[in-house]
Amino acid sequence: MKEKKSKLIVTFHTVTAAMAMESACTAAGMPGRLIPLPREISAGCGMAWSAPVEARAQLEAFVKDRAIPAKGWYELQL
Amino acid sequence: MIYLDNAATTLKKPDCVVQAVTHALTSMGNSARGTHDSALQSARSVFQARSSIAKLFNAPGPERVAFTKNSTEALNLAICGLFNQGDHVITTDLEHNSVLRPLYRLESEGIITLSVVPADKTGRVDYDDFTRLLCGQTRGIVCTHASNLTGNTLDLHRIGQIARAHNLFLVVDASQSAGVLDIDMEQMGISVLCFTGHKSLMGPQGTGGLCVARDVDLRPLQVGGSGTESFSPTHPTEMPTRLEAGTLNGHGIAGLGAGVDFILETGVERIRRHEIALAKRFYDGVTNLPGITVYGDFSSWERTAVVALNIGDYDSGAVSDALWEDYAIATRPGAHCAPRLHNALGTAEQGAVRFSFCWFNTEEEVDTAISALRELAQ
Ligand SMILES: Cc1ncc(COP(=O)(O)O)c(C=O)c1O
Repeated sequence: MKEKKSKLIVTFHTVTAAMAMESACTAAGMPGRLIPLPREISAGCGMAWSAPVEARAQLEAFVKDRAIPAKGWYELQL
Repeated sequence: MIYLDNAATTLKKPDCVVQAVTHALTSMGNSARGTHDSALQSARSVFQARSSIAKLFNAPGPERVAFTKNSTEALNLAICGLFNQGDHVITTDLEHNSVLRPLYRLESEGIITLSVVPADKTGRVDYDDFTRLLCGQTRGIVCTHASNLTGNTLDLHRIGQIARAHNLFLVVDASQSAGVLDIDMEQMGISVLCFTGHKSLMGPQGTGGLCVARDVDLRPLQVGGSGTESFSPTHPTEMPTRLEAGTLNGHGIAGLGAGVDFILETGVERIRRHEIALAKRFYDGVTNLPGITVYGDFSSWERTAVVALNIGDYDSGAVSDALWEDYAIATRPGAHCAPRLHNALGTAEQGAVRFSFCWFNTEEEVDTAISALRELAQ
């Protein structure tokens, strides 16, 4: 297994919301990609957006601006 | 073969639909169950289809589009998920059994009371009847956009205004109109729009769904696997997962999405004009043939490309069979799952031979059908 790093994790209630995130981020060149929901986070749809922690402010503003229904924001060692 | 049974299902699909299904069958995993590339490909394709459908119908957004296996399932979901004990519901004589039977069942179980706006002998309704039938318990109107038997439409702008004025839900069966007539959920004030994928949306069978307005909550018919919140004893409540238990028909939905994209690129108005030109050519060619009775209201071409007729008092099944055996023309005879409209038109016994046209039909095919009917009518 790879060495753990600090990651920003964004969760969603539904896969549809996760897809909206991926679609908007890809179009706007925002950092991150979809990963399986880490076990540290108990609820949410089975996928999460993973991005460098430094991108948090940028992504939070982006998500708010695009009204993407994100559920939770986490910083985890993954 | 000349295929003129497009109101039952469209046979010829755009190449992009065939390619999308083939690609899906060879590359897609389960759309909400993992993040490896094939699962994500499927999830992206389903999302793309939701987005295109939301765009086509001006639905509030992709998350308000839930998939089902056809419009029958969507209508059951809408009707059973919306109405409660003691509600009064209004529907019309134009409806297909997929609207009537779920309503009759709720009525016979003593859950709802039902009133039906009558159709006259050309299949027209009087819009004032919707208001006349209102009572204190009225909660909703469930109606088709276009009759599968006559091709006549109901004016959804008008019905939507009535629903808004009286704070009613409006559930619309768009099985015959999706992709060929303008549908704007917001402008028309539609609460739930039910569609099927395999007719004028040009997708595969086994696909359909419903678009749900933002302020409308439907009780799900089924609960189960969602790929999310696995340890919760209850099914997630967020749309569209709320209405979608179990693995989606990702392969079919890939085809449906491609069909809807084909329609968005081609243009609903262009498709409608082509189909209506064929229907009009056919109608003009047959309506004055001796012994032929055409059903429905042809005073306006604000309709779908359906022409139902009979020859004398011949059984519609015999006529349709002769068209097939002698001319290789595919039509649909008999009763078209629309019992009340057959009664109104006076065709309960004889049924009717239905000719229905699509984007891929040609004037030559129409002319061959006219000649065939001319010979048969002699
Ligand atoms: C007006 C109308 N409503 C509902 C349906 C049911 O569609 P499906 O069989 O795809 O559920 C049909 C098609 O048969 C139809 O023509």
